[in-house]
Amino acid sequence: MVNEKIPVLEVRNITKRFPGVVANSDVNLKLHRGEILALLGENGAGKTTLMNIIYGLYQPTEGEILINGQPVVMHSPKDAIGMGIGMVHQHFQLVPVMTVAENVMLGSETVKNGFLDVRTVAQQIQELSGRYNLDVDPYALVEDLPVGVRQRVEIVKTLYRQAEILILDEPTAVLTPQEIEGLFEIMDLLRSQGKSIIFITHKLKEVLRVADRITVLRQGKVVGEADPSTATQATLAAMMVGREVILTVDKKPAQPGRPILKIENLSARNDMGEPALRSVSLEARAGEIVGVAGVQGNGQTELVEVLTGLRPALDGKITIDGKDMTNATPRRITEEGPSCHVPEDRHTYGMVSSYTVAHNLVLNTYYRPPFANGVTVNEEAIQAHAEKLVEKFDVRTPSVLVRAGSLSGGNQQKMVVAREFSRPIKLLIAAQPTRGIDVGSIEFIHNQIVAKRDEDVAVLLVSYELDEIMALSDRIAVMYKGEIIDVLPREEATREKLGLLMAGIHPEEHRLEPQLASAAE
Amino acid sequence: MNNKLWKTTSLISIAFAGFLLVIAILVNTTSLGEATWLRVLFGISALNFALRAAVPLVLGALSGILCERSGIINIGIEGMMLAGAFAAFVVKVATNGWPLMASLLAGVAAALLIGGVMGLLHATLSIRYRMDQIISGTIVIILAAGITAYLFDRDAVAEGKFVSLPIPGLSNIPVLGNVLFNNPPLTYLALILVAVLHLALFHTRWGLRTRACGEHPRAADTVGINVNLYRYVNTTIGGAVAGLAGGFLVLEAVGQFQEGMTAGRGFISLAAMIFGNWNPFGALGAAMLFGYTQALQNELLLAGVVNVPRHFISMLPYVVTIIAVSGFVGRVRPPAAEGKVYETEGSAG
Repeated sequence: MVNEKIPVLEVRNITKRFPGVVANSDVNLKLHRGEILALLGENGAGKTTLMNIIYGLYQPTEGEILINGQPVVMHSPKDAIGMGIGMVHQHFQLVPVMTVAENVMLGSETVKNGFLDVRTVAQQIQELSGRYNLDVDPYALVEDLPVGVRQRVEIVKTLYRQAEILILDEPTAVLTPQEIEGLFEIMDLLRSQGKSIIFITHKLKEVLRVADRITVLRQGKVVGEADPSTATQATLAAMMVGREVILTVDKKPAQPGRPILKIENLSARNDMGEPALRSVSLEARAGEIVGVAGVQGNGQTELVEVLTGLRPALDGKITIDGKDMTNATPRRITEEGPSCHVPEDRHTYGMVSSYTVAHNLVLNTYYRPPFANGVTVNEEAIQAHAEKLVEKFDVRTPSVLVRAGSLSGGNQQKMVVAREFSRPIKLLIAAQPTRGIDVGSIEFIHNQIVAKRDEDVAVLLVSYELDEIMALSDRIAVMYKGEIIDVLPREEATREKLGLLMAGIHPEEHRLEPQLASAAE
Repeated sequence: MNNKLWKTTSLISIAFAGFLLVIAILVNTTSLGEATWLRVLFGISALNFALRAAVPLVLGALSGILCERSGIINIGIEGMMLAGAFAAFVVKVATNGWPLMASLLAGVAAALLIGGVMGLLHATLSIRYRMDQIISGTIVIILAAGITAYLFDRDAVAEGKFVSLPIPGLSNIPVLGNVLFNNPPLTYLALILVAVLHLALFHTRWGLRTRACGEHPRAADTVGINVNLYRYVNTTIGGAVAGLAGGFLVLEAVGQFQEGMTAGRGFISLAAMIFGNWNPFGALGAAMLFGYTQALQNELLLAGVVNVPRHFISMLPYVVTIIAVSGFVGRVRPPAAEGKVYETEGSAG
């Protein structure tokens, strides 16, 4: 019999060192049967490293792991799976061109006479799917499934391997608010059937909603535990960051002026040649922040790329401050807009990791005086310029001559923002400006964006984090399957309304057919 | 979307093959055969030639499928084939004194072995030493071309080659029997391998894991599959299959070795693999098409029915290859992770 007192999983004094970095330092953790433990921490706090150790992907430098009171050593995920540990990774580990059944059985195949026994596996999936209310079709191709269903396939994968301990790594990052609620119901059901769950997240609201206990990690160390019945978002945030955090962005009401960015009936294709934008129309006026909300992959990336000249528009018209900029080159948009772009993926589009910070800070101006002298560059001017920006935008770097790639994520992003914000602009296009960075940098960048708005810049903010959209925007547009399905003033945009829109359900339709809400993924 | 396209393409190919078969039977059994053009296009000799020309291409394409489905690009098929051909020749010459069948089988074994060694070399360079797989494949080609040319003894003669083994009963079917069931053993083997690889790839544990390694190695790793082990094994088997294609050239088609005798067949195999969308039966169809154009080239020249300079007719197989591949390359879907080095979390950290 399982002793209820002994934790199903215990982590004792785990330390993990990488060359030059201590990712986990003396971490202790206990997980009991039938409980949801939330592991809270910022990006880079060491949550994922810790889970990779528990899942056998890394070996700890020091310390031990106990399962049901017995010390164990895990050399690979195979060992962890054998001990009843299942992990739902932040980036789904599913093969898109295979069916759900194939994905579920991969690595633990059922074989009859040498051939895969798909039918038996499909039956097991249907059974699990019924027991835990997962609603997964074993014969569907994974690439045809929406994100929320893929996540449930991942959960089925762990249950098929008879996992007793489930690790969910940032499971809510890609879901709409309604899908998140659905996930929490599944988690409640799993807990009631005796499964133990480690829920990794940096979102305070979710922790308070679903966890039985909370452990907070900061800079690789456990900095405290909290009880969700007494903790508040403010106390958790303070624990997570190590100081008081202002959770709301302070801003005055917007004073919108004339329209700067005008998008009319814009259409474009994605990389696969499929329609990604369908007749999008939107306007951003001087002195307002227009947020574009939506689940990732609904055309936001393509919208930003078309607006910044990185992707051709098939149809429609883009006007910036009265000038037709449809299919203009990125440089023309930057110079004549004048506009600036904080790209979604800073490593690919925002910076050159192998260049120095100083060179990165002139990527948009290097060809003009004072940085260019005819065909040569003026290194002193570039360096002086960099010193000034680093100071003003609080980029923490030992020198402006170090490789940009060696900075932390938050400082890299501040560097990108410094470069983009340091010219006079009328339009700011920011995509995911705070993705993967620490709370301090997020606050700083949010304040800079609001400051730009107050200088009468039109801001188009694209983000998959609904909290960010709601904190900054004056108006909120919601994208679904390449269309703007509605634009709401901030005051009218509640989380529920936005969530339904993000799932493609228009409020009027919703009133007519309420069952759609639960059927939609 | 892609899936649908693939299904339509398969249907069209099957319908086209059926149509050809009916015409071929009519041409070869009725008075239709008196028309020179029809005889050139659909005569038994054209079809036989097409199959013979297709065998090394099929084997080469299967080699490519084995490697690439697990995530290793194999551009070195040409070199593996050439090395296999040379090994088969050397062993055949050395065992000329043995009974013919034993000597030929020893040649086949040598072709498989040396092909496998070349595959293992390619795998080691691309996995252990993380070399760019295109470069590594090129090395295999240059190495094979250089070594075989250097070691080749022009006076050596291999005595005898595989002869046709008519399958009792089946070989008496008109036309079909003559084309399909009256062939030397390696031709049968190649056709059987197509079916075997199809079953293995899509209906066995090995196949499922192989495909996962080629599509999403991280997903395979997280469920405890040793991605690089699968890649080593598959690339080695793939090399052996390419070696077998070389063995076919020496032991069944020509009977002797010549410098550079693979003559680009490895590259046409790659085209067949792509045209066949990394599926064994697709590759067979593509190889048959390319083989058929070679047969056509041959028959047209022999029959002397056209007045164009022969050089243009000789271009036919290559032109068809280029058109087929360029028309299809954007539409087929290669394994998503091919060509990328896979490192586990632990080792990367």
